[in-house]
Amino acid sequence: MQTLRDLKKGEYAIIQEISDNSLKLKLMEMGCIPGEVIRLSHIAPLGDPIAIDIQGYKLSLRLSEAGSIIIQKIVPEINKAPTR
Amino acid sequence: MEVQETILRVAITGNPNCGKTSVFNALTGLNQQVGNYAGTTVDKKTGVLVYNKSQRAKIIDLPGTYSIYPKSKDEEIAIDVIINPLSKEASDIILVVCDASNLKRNLLYYSQVSDLGKPVVLVLTMMDIAEKKGLDINLIVLSLLLGVKVVAVNPRNGKGIEKLKDTIFNTSRLTQNKLIDIYNLAPELIEEQRKRHPNFNDFQCFLEIYKTQREKLDGILADETIKRYAAIKVVLNESVTQREVKQSELSNNLDKILTHKIWGYVIFLFILFVIFESIFSVSKFPMLWIQQSFTWFGNYFAQHFPEGPLNDLLVHGVIAGLSGVIVFLPQIVSLFAFIAILEDTGYMSRVSFMMDKLMRRVGMNGKSVVPLISGVACAVPSIMATRSIENWKERIITIMVIPLMSCSARLPVYTLLISMIAPDKNIWGIFNVQGLILMGMYLIGFFSAITAAWVMKFVIQAKEKNYFILELPTYKAPRLKNILITLVEKSRTFIWEAGKVIVAVSVILWLAASFGPGKSFAKIEEKYSSEFYTKNFSSKEIVNFQKSEKLFASYAGHFGRLIEPAIKPLGFDWKIGIALFSSLAAREVFVGTMATIYNLGDESSSVNIRERMMEERDPVTLKPKYTLTVAFSLMLFYAFALQCMSTIATVYKETKTWKWATIQFIYTSSLAYIMSLVVYQLFK
Repeated sequence: MQTLRDLKKGEYAIIQEISDNSLKLKLMEMGCIPGEVIRLSHIAPLGDPIAIDIQGYKLSLRLSEAGSIIIQKIVPEINKAPTR
Repeated sequence: MEVQETILRVAITGNPNCGKTSVFNALTGLNQQVGNYAGTTVDKKTGVLVYNKSQRAKIIDLPGTYSIYPKSKDEEIAIDVIINPLSKEASDIILVVCDASNLKRNLLYYSQVSDLGKPVVLVLTMMDIAEKKGLDINLIVLSLLLGVKVVAVNPRNGKGIEKLKDTIFNTSRLTQNKLIDIYNLAPELIEEQRKRHPNFNDFQCFLEIYKTQREKLDGILADETIKRYAAIKVVLNESVTQREVKQSELSNNLDKILTHKIWGYVIFLFILFVIFESIFSVSKFPMLWIQQSFTWFGNYFAQHFPEGPLNDLLVHGVIAGLSGVIVFLPQIVSLFAFIAILEDTGYMSRVSFMMDKLMRRVGMNGKSVVPLISGVACAVPSIMATRSIENWKERIITIMVIPLMSCSARLPVYTLLISMIAPDKNIWGIFNVQGLILMGMYLIGFFSAITAAWVMKFVIQAKEKNYFILELPTYKAPRLKNILITLVEKSRTFIWEAGKVIVAVSVILWLAASFGPGKSFAKIEEKYSSEFYTKNFSSKEIVNFQKSEKLFASYAGHFGRLIEPAIKPLGFDWKIGIALFSSLAAREVFVGTMATIYNLGDESSSVNIRERMMEERDPVTLKPKYTLTVAFSLMLFYAFALQCMSTIATVYKETKTWKWATIQFIYTSSLAYIMSLVVYQLFK
């Protein structure tokens, strides 16, 4: 099982599920819905937090929150940027 | 015939960073008021929109919100206005502002608000950014699918604003299509609520369940969100087309530099440095003008109005006190301007992003950085700004250490003392010595705040899990109009709030310093009217002798000497004691008090306290009283002590208990005393 923690900078993934119930609603409201395509766009200078591209905007979260987002990595086809 | 005036009540709501405030400013202009929501310190921004002779609207700008289920204090307040029909601010129409370049997430909140059943208008902003992203939004299709009036606006050039006004005053509730079937998410629970609230629609019942029996909706809320997003996706598939465009990489490239491992921090420090240097160099001239006009005004007043106690009170009490503070307005305005620009461009959230890990180590949150930085302007709005921190412990720690950051009220005190001990010179051509010392004082404030937070991390028990989930908005050019309006508001509050206290304190102080117990004043006059004095001294000298002796014998003098034993180990005399005590109300009063005290002992009505204080000699040794060590000890005292009634009141209101306000007052006062004591005893 892979989580957002395992994603490397620039890689794309699909969100499968959010495992932490206490964060589930907040993360979903911010757009982290199962099936959504995300990309790891930035890592803070000290390695934590990270920022992802999701639904056309940038969202930052800590590695501890990223660990509760279960993902599946996808190989990016160059022209298929994440949709709106 | 009298025209019946109707006042429409309009609420503006939307996600943070969606351009809500720009829409509000475009609708109301400077026709705004800032108040508080009842029982809280949350800023309530209202404004009036005059449409025509008989129609006007009262518009309220609510704090930014991501969802109808609030996660933080300011979201709670916004949501209460939206959903609580008994709220004082309940509105007739709700404008939901959505960022067109980020429509999907913005529409989630829209769909929740719309389901409440109140008339809603959907306002789209940032159409130009959406355009650049290659998004073609068909407003007619969007309006048809959602069953709501859609107006696209651009507050920068005023496009669409007239149409929005027309829509507000001529709106009739459209169908406001429900995107999901709320009822089937929890049929039994909704039926149960319906019995209690027969007038509520399904979603209102659902929110009532959320309010009273949240645990029963576990899992259902996530399900609701997923379904809403799915429905929104369908709506957007029909109404938005994505053109192939070359995506602008500007924001991304800026991020590469501004959040770079090394450059990110270097640039951040550089920006801070520029801010502090310019506070000194740029503000120098307007400060001089203000000072000169006050001196002129004081002299004019003293000469042209009948002599007597009233004249004395106004010139040496009120005017001297006020000038000591208003003179610092340029510095405070420039500080607020820098903070407003950094927030408006989106840079501040990058600072939170870069600093989160460090802040977490000392028990705070990346979101604590903005309140801490604005703490250099004023602790009061900064403590209020901690409301965006969702976690209780991280928020309390941030509140507790904010007053250690050097706020602008200390600036007058520091400026005065630094100008007495350091030359106004540059080293290596660029660094102003006074600016460097000032920056040092700010660093002392910052590092002690960090240390105090680190200690509290171990002392305060956590109540819930903490997290950091923050949107990083795209970089934008600062919106001048928004910044100007913020500045006008802040300056108005500063002059009004600080002015009130200062005038009151000045008057009390003048009274305390101009009168003494019993017949002490009469005795002094008697003493100096004796032949010995009239023969050997000029009348001017006698007046000066009298004045300083009277101050010594006055109520203020008595009080100052009463506390002198306690502050003597810090290097302070009874005159400073009076100033210290009066600045319990607010720090900046120190300068005004010094002005009042020294003016009392001075014949000329010069408002220049700096020179007066530098001339001050020790009565025994005749050495200058304000040595490097005394000035430094005094600065340290001001760096730590919580001498600000507004802060104490704000902490009480924000935490709803006196516990934290009391702890804060005690720990900062002890720190101040100990630090001054150590420094004075070591270096005297």
